[in-house]
Amino acid sequence: MLRAAAHSVKQPGGLTASLCARRSLQNRWFSATRVTCAETAFPSLDSFSDEENMLRESVKRFAEEVVAPKVREMDENETMDPEIVKGLFEQGLMGIETSSAHGGAESSFTSAIIAIEELAKVDPSVSVLCDVHNTLVNTIFRKYGTQVQQEEWLPQLAESKVGSFCLSEPASGSDAFALQTRARKDGDDWLISGSKMWITNSAEAEVFLIFANIDPSKGYKGITCFVATKEMGVQIAKKEQKLGIRASSTCALSLDDVRVPAKNVIGGEGLGYKIAIEILNEGRIGIAAQMLGLAQGAFAKAVPYTYQRVQFGQPVGMFQGMSFQIANAALSIESARLLTYNAARRKEEGRSFVKEAAMAKLAASRVAQEVSGAAIEWAGGVGFTRETGIEKYWRDSKIGAIYEGTSNIQLQTIAKFIQKEYS
Amino acid sequence: MYPSTVRLLNILVPIKRCVDYAVKIRVNPQQTGIDLNVKHSMNPFDEIAVEEAVRIRERMKEKVSSIKVVTIGPPKSAETLRTALAMGADSAIHVELPESAPSPEPLGVAKALQAVIAREKEKGGVDLVIMGKQAIDDDAGQTGQILAGLLDWPQATFASKVDVDEANGVVNVAGEIDGGSQVLKCKLPLVVTTDLRLNEPRYASLPNIMKAKKKPIEKLSPADLRVDLTPRLETLKITEPPKRVGGGKARCVSNVDELIAKLKDAGLVTS
Repeated sequence: MLRAAAHSVKQPGGLTASLCARRSLQNRWFSATRVTCAETAFPSLDSFSDEENMLRESVKRFAEEVVAPKVREMDENETMDPEIVKGLFEQGLMGIETSSAHGGAESSFTSAIIAIEELAKVDPSVSVLCDVHNTLVNTIFRKYGTQVQQEEWLPQLAESKVGSFCLSEPASGSDAFALQTRARKDGDDWLISGSKMWITNSAEAEVFLIFANIDPSKGYKGITCFVATKEMGVQIAKKEQKLGIRASSTCALSLDDVRVPAKNVIGGEGLGYKIAIEILNEGRIGIAAQMLGLAQGAFAKAVPYTYQRVQFGQPVGMFQGMSFQIANAALSIESARLLTYNAARRKEEGRSFVKEAAMAKLAASRVAQEVSGAAIEWAGGVGFTRETGIEKYWRDSKIGAIYEGTSNIQLQTIAKFIQKEYS
Repeated sequence: MYPSTVRLLNILVPIKRCVDYAVKIRVNPQQTGIDLNVKHSMNPFDEIAVEEAVRIRERMKEKVSSIKVVTIGPPKSAETLRTALAMGADSAIHVELPESAPSPEPLGVAKALQAVIAREKEKGGVDLVIMGKQAIDDDAGQTGQILAGLLDWPQATFASKVDVDEANGVVNVAGEIDGGSQVLKCKLPLVVTTDLRLNEPRYASLPNIMKAKKKPIEKLSPADLRVDLTPRLETLKITEPPKRVGGGKARCVSNVDELIAKLKDAGLVTS
């Protein structure tokens, strides 16, 4: 029943069918005749299935017990602890939506969002590793890979190999389609040359999804997605030293006639641009979840402190001015949460979600900056020193406005929808 | 001598849904109990029990025939059963009480467990009961011992190590006692209660959480077991301990006599 439900969720279109499947997946009722009857229930936006709640508990404990003790060390050393990556695999968090036939947990997209959020509450660097691997890399194989490709790559990605998504280059970020990495045919193989930049997970990854142009004369319609491994010659070049998410590896890749067999083309020649656009829409919700978790993590660290810290005879958090700031922050977090989870459910239901995903990511990244900044101020000097880890959230939050679509790009996306609707 | 036939072990793990250990307990305004509108989770000692059962199976493989978990509680207790299934139990039994029913007491729980075990006789029986030494809400620490008494089975309590010696058909249980540690060699069937240092429970991984959905939960009522769970104790009043007051003005004392004088003044020392 679960497999059948999972399949119908994967197919877009057919609103009733996929809604039914999702509802049954999550123990809800749905009236097929759409007549409002006493038993029809449309649950609130932050309603989750038993499995999703159990997953949240499990990831929360893992994050608090295994990840938390290492956060500061990883940040100071700008290195991801391999034990944590291993732990993510062991918990089944690196194949969340992957089918069980391919070694995954066959769970909902929202489950992935929940895992990303809970990890981000403790360490946004660990969260982004899990996010990119699940929402970008795994999903590309699941959606665009052939059965053979899925059978070859998904089990490895679920079990032990970290994946990386390689689109950006020194000269192309927001303008992704201006990418210059080339792939030329050589017998049955492709030779990929160029350089990639700002690639998350690159130091830990063994599987690389590389976007290269096979025919520049066709413009962006020559962009093709290839899967490559380090053995094929992918070289990790400069590792960036960053303001935030320092434990997440962000490196440049050097591709010098990397030989990739033709069977490693994902989704068909010239269709890479489509893959990139579609996948980044989903990835956006993942980043929204990361930023949401970050904001909550900062809030949860600073607010209890304000109820302990006594000045002028009372806990500073009880002064009316402070309590108003805290209430405002809680409001911001709640709105970001609802935007994020609603976008996730819309995607699960097969409804359009591009605008909602853009809004969620934009809002969550703003909230993350705002709340983590406030958290430092609420904690005062203690918030400013690195020991408590509160300032880390603020540094980590800045990237939210930049990667997987800058805030200006999100605004543009939203504006286009409005223009279409209102003109 | 013929070698004894390989014995298949059926393990039963009773678990309880309690207020989560991290919650700040508050007494309710009527002073009849604590505020239960807080986060609940599986009793930590019961998690250790489930973990131990799963580890025994990992060591003994097919020789462990089944790991069943059982709970006695309101509908919400099913969540706790699901967590245990996600940790590796095979099936669950939920003795469901109505939401408004008072919390059962150790004697009642033990009688219900005895009835469950009697019921299981038709399905292969129960050879080993592993349960938490106490629940962190009542801290009674009685149920395991009462159960062993009712069943007339041996008991090995406060276990810090459980070693199933199948070759000799015994279980060696190391337990923590005041003077140190003792090792009991016990015959099956046996009741074991777990202590903190027995093991560190695993996190329910996502694939196991999804697998747990398909594992069966059998629902029973106290009437099905012919057991009366009415409490025999009535809680008259619950209050918080008196708030700690700070030390006297002069915290430093210059000598022992002054200290004794201050202690006498505070009524803490009589002579």
